[in-house]
Amino acid sequence: MSDATADPRFAAARAAPRRRLRLSWSDPTFRAIVWQVVIVGLVAAVIGYLVHNTNQNLAARHIATGFGFLDRVAGIPIGEALVPYNPAVNTYGRALLVGVLNTLKVAVVGIVLATILGTVIGIGRLSSNWLLAKLTAFYVETLRDIPLLLQLLFWYTVLQSLPAPRQSIRVGDVFLSNRGIKIPLLELQPAHEWAALAFLVGLVGTVLWNRHAARQQEATGVRPRVWPVGLALMVALPLVVWAIFGAPLTFEVPVLRGFNFQGGGSLSPEYFALLLGLVTYTAAYIAEIVRSGIQAVPQGQWEAAGALGLRSGMVLRKVILPQALRVIVPPMTSQYLNLTKNSSLAVAIGYQDIVSIANTTLNQTGQAIEGIAVIMAVYLTISLSISLFMNWYNARIALVER
Amino acid sequence: MSDTVATAEPGYAAARERPPAGLVGPWAWARANLFSSWWSTAITLVLVYVILRALVGFVEWAFVNAIWSVPYNAQGRPDTAVCQNAKGIGACWAIIGDKYRLILFGRYPYEEQWRPAICVLLFIGLYVVSAMRRFWRKELALIWIATLAVIGVLMWGGVFGLQEVPEDYWGGLPITLILATFGLAFAFPLSVLVALGRRSKLPAIKLLCVLYVELIRGVPLISVLFMASVMFPLFMPAGVNVDKLLRAQIAFILFAGAYLAEVVRGGLQALPKGQSEAADAMGLTYWQKTGLIILPQALRLVIPPLVNTFIGFFKDTSLVLIIGLFDLLTMGKVALSDPPWQSFSTEVYVVLAIIYICFCFAMSKYSRGLEQDLNRARRR
Repeated sequence: MSDATADPRFAAARAAPRRRLRLSWSDPTFRAIVWQVVIVGLVAAVIGYLVHNTNQNLAARHIATGFGFLDRVAGIPIGEALVPYNPAVNTYGRALLVGVLNTLKVAVVGIVLATILGTVIGIGRLSSNWLLAKLTAFYVETLRDIPLLLQLLFWYTVLQSLPAPRQSIRVGDVFLSNRGIKIPLLELQPAHEWAALAFLVGLVGTVLWNRHAARQQEATGVRPRVWPVGLALMVALPLVVWAIFGAPLTFEVPVLRGFNFQGGGSLSPEYFALLLGLVTYTAAYIAEIVRSGIQAVPQGQWEAAGALGLRSGMVLRKVILPQALRVIVPPMTSQYLNLTKNSSLAVAIGYQDIVSIANTTLNQTGQAIEGIAVIMAVYLTISLSISLFMNWYNARIALVER
Repeated sequence: MSDTVATAEPGYAAARERPPAGLVGPWAWARANLFSSWWSTAITLVLVYVILRALVGFVEWAFVNAIWSVPYNAQGRPDTAVCQNAKGIGACWAIIGDKYRLILFGRYPYEEQWRPAICVLLFIGLYVVSAMRRFWRKELALIWIATLAVIGVLMWGGVFGLQEVPEDYWGGLPITLILATFGLAFAFPLSVLVALGRRSKLPAIKLLCVLYVELIRGVPLISVLFMASVMFPLFMPAGVNVDKLLRAQIAFILFAGAYLAEVVRGGLQALPKGQSEAADAMGLTYWQKTGLIILPQALRLVIPPLVNTFIGFFKDTSLVLIIGLFDLLTMGKVALSDPPWQSFSTEVYVVLAIIYICFCFAMSKYSRGLEQDLNRARRR
């Protein structure tokens, strides 16, 4: 076998001199080298040919390559930006940064919401209530069989057909109109910042107390209660701090002025449609993952944990979930990646994510290769980061074997 | 064990008393499955209310208050005033009656639209034949080649007295099916090669395959489509112009190839190593081993996930809307751009969704049935 000849240990054990490479087709090592040289050569030739053509075409069209265009003034109007952006002064580089942030904005919020909704639906499918199980199954089946793009277009039309701001639907101080959703915003004051700080302190304190409780349990077998301490540190402490500062609570309420609202926070119809579509679509897939993950834990585990006298919350937390998560996490990672990649469909409904802005950029400047390279680099970076994080998490919860 | 034997014997069953009336029949079922606890009862009541409201609302919108046809004026233009009045109360299905040929077949010459219609039927026939296990033989490849050739002749024409129709006039459902089917037909062999390459012992080939798969899987399909529509013309020598449909098709093949390769690799990995070692011991060459021993078993293992991947691609074909190709979804939007019909998008989207659901649901149902079948065979 080819392995034996290539394996240096065998050669050493036999104390025979390393066999010389014969220039013959019947030598597997020689064959392997020839195959690789041929295939790599072919690929290199094709790439070289394409690069040659591209250079000629670019020269013929007088397009300069390189990323110099990033420093030029963009002039792309952008509806929503997380960082200050002015089309008249800011550069393409800045516009692309806005696009990246918009992509992250929809991806991060979408991942969190899709996980919550998907988990609820996945558990619903396992419900002993027949109606609930059938309804959630219907949800999963239908949503998975309709192209996401169609769903996005549908949601976008629905949001656009809402009444104009003057006749907007009002729920409390939340206004729903074809200009998007307007919500009251908390007016930030020092008290809130101190309260947030107190919450962080409380969080750290709870984690420390939890560790202490674990040590105590190992030493004495009795676990001190954690939740009262957590409640006191993470809820009561911030509330007390907030009250000390006079408990300020004022909201900036959106007000109708002329044809649109002023003040308050807002979600644009494009963002909301994209988020709604992504979350409902991905949740259908996540529901299936959660369901199969929970079903993968044998019934005997519940019974055995119960026989040990664990309370049902403990059974779920200490026995079922750790085992279910092992099945759930790897496919969940790929759903998160899918959601992030699917957020590029934003371009179809006019939400300005990285794909949309890079596309406008390459249309304006003619820098097609650089534009596509930017898109690919951004997504590869995001994908790799999610993969790395989820792999780290997966390794943490993985079964420790020998 | 003894229980099942006992009930199976008629004498015992007769001798046994019937279960109490409270444990059988619809009431008992409802008590067990809908009202088992106060919590379950609450859920049931809320859901019944919500479902009834939604169902009644939908039936009223889609059937009771729906407008099925509108009058046409002297110029043959539809007069949609009735529909405008009914907006929000009833559906306007008249738009479907007016536009279904456009949505299904695009701008294909009107008198020639029987040709794409036959192509759609051929595609469906091809799927049905491929789904039947009786046809899982080498001849299936020939059936595919023959059918795809017939479809090509029908769509292009120019021979056998058929009028020639260039690709620019194709549209609607045939484009969706062409992109999905041709994409799969070419991506599948590519993916098998890439999957084999990724498991190869030759480092250079392995590296190439890993790079290809990970690069494509790391970026969204849109960027690959953009690349095909924007960068592809730059790659070609001056004067060579590759058609838009073909460019999108190539992008799909490259994209699908990477995803399918991962599915196939899963099958290769699931195969016990002994199979490969046994083949080596028999003195088979690499290609004999792969073609006769490894692939037949590995591919059989991954048929259900392959079908699922195919469902994904079928839905993904709708993305060509973004690069301006006239598939089913794009034609729906084109139909909606006609001024009299502009505000009736929901109706069109519902119909498009039903078409997509029909295809995808059939495939997923089939994939699940197949999975159970194959599992049963393996369990024995």
